Amino acid sequence: MKFLHYWRAMWGIIWRECWRFVTQRERFVSALVRPLVWLFIFAAGFRSALGLAISPPYETYILYEVYIVPGLCGMIQLFNGMQSSLSMVYDREMGSMRILLTCPLPRWFLLLSKLLAGTAVSILQVYVFLGIAWCYEIRPPIPGFGWILPALTLSGLMLGALGLLLSSFIKQLENFAGVMNFVIFPMFFMSTALYPLWKIKESSALLYRLAEYNPFSQAVELIRYALYGQFNQTAFVYTLAALIVFMTLAILGYNPSKGMMTRKGGSG
Amino acid sequence: MNKQVISSVLSLILAASAQAETVFVTLEKDNALALIDPVEGELIKTVEIGQRPRGIVVSPDNKVLYIAVSDDNTVKMIDAETLKEIGTLPSSDDPETFALNPKGDRLYVSNEDDSMVTVIDIAKKKVIKQIKVGVEPEGITVSPDNRWVISASETTNMLHWIDAKTNEIVENTLVDARPRAVTFTADSKFAWATSEMGSTLTIVDANTKQILKRITFEIQGVAKDKVQPVGVVIDKESKLGYVALGPANRVAVVNAQTYEVEKYLLVGQRVWNLAFSPDQKRLYTTNGVSNDISIIDLDSQTVTKSVGVGNFPWGVAVKP
Repeated sequence: MKFLHYWRAMWGIIWRECWRFVTQRERFVSALVRPLVWLFIFAAGFRSALGLAISPPYETYILYEVYIVPGLCGMIQLFNGMQSSLSMVYDREMGSMRILLTCPLPRWFLLLSKLLAGTAVSILQVYVFLGIAWCYEIRPPIPGFGWILPALTLSGLMLGALGLLLSSFIKQLENFAGVMNFVIFPMFFMSTALYPLWKIKESSALLYRLAEYNPFSQAVELIRYALYGQFNQTAFVYTLAALIVFMTLAILGYNPSKGMMTRKGGSG
Repeated sequence: MNKQVISSVLSLILAASAQAETVFVTLEKDNALALIDPVEGELIKTVEIGQRPRGIVVSPDNKVLYIAVSDDNTVKMIDAETLKEIGTLPSSDDPETFALNPKGDRLYVSNEDDSMVTVIDIAKKKVIKQIKVGVEPEGITVSPDNRWVISASETTNMLHWIDAKTNEIVENTLVDARPRAVTFTADSKFAWATSEMGSTLTIVDANTKQILKRITFEIQGVAKDKVQPVGVVIDKESKLGYVALGPANRVAVVNAQTYEVEKYLLVGQRVWNLAFSPDQKRLYTTNGVSNDISIIDLDSQTVTKSVGVGNFPWGVAVKP
């Protein structure tokens, strides 16, 4: 009975999030336009910019647009994580978060459900994006589309947890621009999403280290390897560890007695 | 029961390994021959072969490898199983490319510096004739019906049609600048010649010796001067031909019926020569600057793997 109660609550949250995503057609389109602009326009200009070393998981020479696809899958999830955090702030301002958090279920469970909901939406987006990329002749091996699912789940959860953590810090919607400048852009550009590590190393050793330890890089590599039927253990452990850290901090952040809400004067 | 399972698994493995062919690649700078297992995508070994090996051909019975060892001024005969030298052929100076006739008893060698084609009787290991051709002959091929030998001279920009019976030039066809390689369709009706500087592929009718079609290559994002067609092969059914485009790092897939370029496949740097697997399910390319070969799956038309082989891979031949 208790299990059913939990399940109903989780399903309700996931369903609300997916429904909101599908009905907000602009959001659906804009979520796809962003990576597609990168793929069709940005990558086209950098077609041969990658140089010619073969790096795993690739076994032969690839075009830049092939390299960039897993990074763009990561980008979809990164933006989606931030979008979820934005909607959390919105929910808090509108008061629906208060209703959610007063529901007689543990706070961590409600936040986890919120996270799963966001991840499910991002996975949906990634598969649509990969479908379009397939038509653009970017064709990873078919089993890769199955292998990528657990990788996307883990990376989506990690990036969603990061968004959740950030949303516990943001008091008002207006502050979200700061998140864009201070979190999304540095995370995205200082990662292996757009350039391989060896290429970053050529320009700066510091940047190389920063990119290497960027959790977003590890999430992208996890996706990249999975898409080509390989398992990157380091990336898996790193992403999992980052998920645990971000999630713990987010749960603490949303705790009214200890977390950020107290300092901000209530959870809205 | 267990023994039966093990033996059937073993026999399956043996059957699979028996099916796998060996790819031989000459390494111009390493003075060596590389052996590659293309199914596993691994370099098996490298053996010393002589100074500056370039052209390589397998005999029709798959027992002998002929390798032009340019700086030793000879064509070596190598046992394809033991890799021991079993003889040399008098090729004249600086042999680079050569062609074997379908019977496997005549070898036609391009002597670039002397502007000659040397015809060798393999059984007697003797030169039958030296034919004066245009300046810097390079690409050479024999038609599958053994009627024609075509020698392409790089500086004269000509295909010289040599009658295989009389060893005399009977016709010349002017093509675009710096013709490099030439091959026939399986029915011997058409010859395809690549022009390195002209950046074109020329299709010539073997009956009239007239040009049927000139195909140009345009690759998005690649400068035109980098498109330098060299190696060319056509499948047995004459459905598709493949052209190595040198520093463009691409292999062009050309429809042999419509003469449209269907696709460009990204391979290693300065792709030079090409060879089919015996079942024509794969194509192997030598990439001279990136020091590897690329393996192309022809069913899916994708490059599946690139394998490092050694310095300056040049020629490629496949033994079943």
